[in-house]
Amino acid sequence: MAEILIKGVAKSFGSFTALHSIDLTIADQEFMVLLGASGCGKTTLLRIIAGLESPTQGEVWIGGKRVDQLPPRERGIAMVFQNYAVFPHLTVYENIAFGLRMKKLPQAEVDTRVKRTAELMHIEQLLKRYSGQLSGGQRQRVAVARALAMEPDVILMDEPLSNLDALLRLEMRAELKGVLANSKTTTIYVTHDQVEAMSLADRISVMNGGHIVQAASPVEVYRNPAARFVGSFIGNPPMNFLPAARNGDGRYQVAGIALDGPSSGGAKLEFAIRPEDLTIAAGGLKATARVIEPLGAHTLVTSEVDGKLFRAVLDSDLKVAPGDELSLVPKPDRVRWFDPETTRAVN
Amino acid sequence: MSGAVATADKPRAVSDIGAAGRFLFWAGVVLLCAWVLVPIYLLAVNTLSSPQEVTAFPKTGVPSFDMGSIQFFLSFEGVLKALWNSVLVAVLTMILSIAIGAPAGYALSRFEFPGKATFRMLVLMTRAFPLPLLALPIAVMFIRIGLDDTPIGLALVHTTLAIPFAVLITFSIFSGIPLELEEAAWTLGCNRLQAFQRVVLPLVLPGITASAIFAFTISWNEVFAASVLTVQNRTLTAFLLQSLSVSPLHLRFAGGAALVIPALIFIFAVRKYMFAMWGIANR
Repeated sequence: MAEILIKGVAKSFGSFTALHSIDLTIADQEFMVLLGASGCGKTTLLRIIAGLESPTQGEVWIGGKRVDQLPPRERGIAMVFQNYAVFPHLTVYENIAFGLRMKKLPQAEVDTRVKRTAELMHIEQLLKRYSGQLSGGQRQRVAVARALAMEPDVILMDEPLSNLDALLRLEMRAELKGVLANSKTTTIYVTHDQVEAMSLADRISVMNGGHIVQAASPVEVYRNPAARFVGSFIGNPPMNFLPAARNGDGRYQVAGIALDGPSSGGAKLEFAIRPEDLTIAAGGLKATARVIEPLGAHTLVTSEVDGKLFRAVLDSDLKVAPGDELSLVPKPDRVRWFDPETTRAVN
Repeated sequence: MSGAVATADKPRAVSDIGAAGRFLFWAGVVLLCAWVLVPIYLLAVNTLSSPQEVTAFPKTGVPSFDMGSIQFFLSFEGVLKALWNSVLVAVLTMILSIAIGAPAGYALSRFEFPGKATFRMLVLMTRAFPLPLLALPIAVMFIRIGLDDTPIGLALVHTTLAIPFAVLITFSIFSGIPLELEEAAWTLGCNRLQAFQRVVLPLVLPGITASAIFAFTISWNEVFAASVLTVQNRTLTAFLLQSLSVSPLHLRFAGGAALVIPALIFIFAVRKYMFAMWGIANR
């Protein structure tokens, strides 16, 4: 049982504040992904949980025990590093056994665990090799096996797939998900890749500028972004935004059309819609098509609405050419509104 | 004009360049080998020849394995003591320079501290002062505090000569070990010391050994400070400088061999560490 509690954790490097008072609870056996652009503080937060970095303020609790003053070895964690950190002077077998030998487990137990995790990661034929004789993907497997063999309460992963090529990444992603689900450990996984985050996570914490902007399930983060940043960061192509102003009868005027807005909204709001939530119909937003990209199943149309960039993912049967005038109608239940001052969502 | 350029610009056949390159390569190899091996060969031949053969002409170029010169040299008053002093001073230098230099190298590669760049510069600057300039003040100081004419005193001077190399070599060795390896060891149950022993040390040992050998040879070959700072406890270099200028030719060869051969043997014995890189070669 290892629930992770992060209470008011802040970290400064000199005058630079990497993390502003982070509060986060990660449930036992949950797969939590920390997602954000580079420099958003996600790796710093992970390293604070691991004990490789000490927080300037705040507390970290793992499994009901306060750990922020403990060294990494006393926290019940195992970590997988971005560049694998497989010990080059030890064989794969000794790499996986390393932590178990530190725990002074009997040789029989070490052997069983090494064999079992090696089998799980499909590296049982590599046990006698050195890291120099392994490919990047194989090293990654060794690093994960080494972490799993510890049977930790928590596995921390710092962009473990980012050094692999695209195909291998896809394969390892699916495999990791299966292996970690079976291991019943709590997992914290750092990535800047939104697809990786969506496909792996039970919950995603989207980070920006040292804050957690939203922590929710992948679908929730995608459908109901809590802030403008989340909407623009997640989704490819990203969400469309247009300025909106309330008119006389309480509706919102968006690029020439009136839409029902949130009752609690102010005089000015920002209208947001995902490109795939637009249909061609009369009475919609007036768009001038600029670039047409057929993608097979869909066609991505980059257009201009009111002089602003506006993307729509439309059916590929649609015949459209650059310069065409389109009328794009947003699906009413998919429209989201943001406060332009606070950039938070308004309902 | 354009025609001339076109002719001059005509590419040569790749095989021509290859042949010229191969010739240059092998000529370079032969030259460098000769540069190192011929003096050693001459030294060996003359050491292993009888005194008469050394001065005789024409030379045969083949040693007669006459041990007369060596026997005489070894029984020469003070040689064995000087040899012992040399080994003692060199080993002390090796231990001191690694004991002081390696932690400095580790600190430089792992920690950020104010004045780091200046410190690195200063370490190098110690080599900027010629030893003769320092030797006399040091001699005076050593006499005052009673360190003159002792192996440890000379080892201290040799250590200052060897430390810049020890620091910079170990700095680059430690920098070559990714910090993540240590961090991985910490998360796998090691404290800082255990991580160093189990992960860093095995990886840096070849480099540290090479650096130690370097310190040893710096001390073994050093003659100036040794001559100035010792009187009774002369090292072999200082002893030979003093005695051999007045000795017959065959004795000088024996003395030269006595200086060169231990260094060669020592480097040969640890050559594996100097070539060994993990995963590449371990012969």
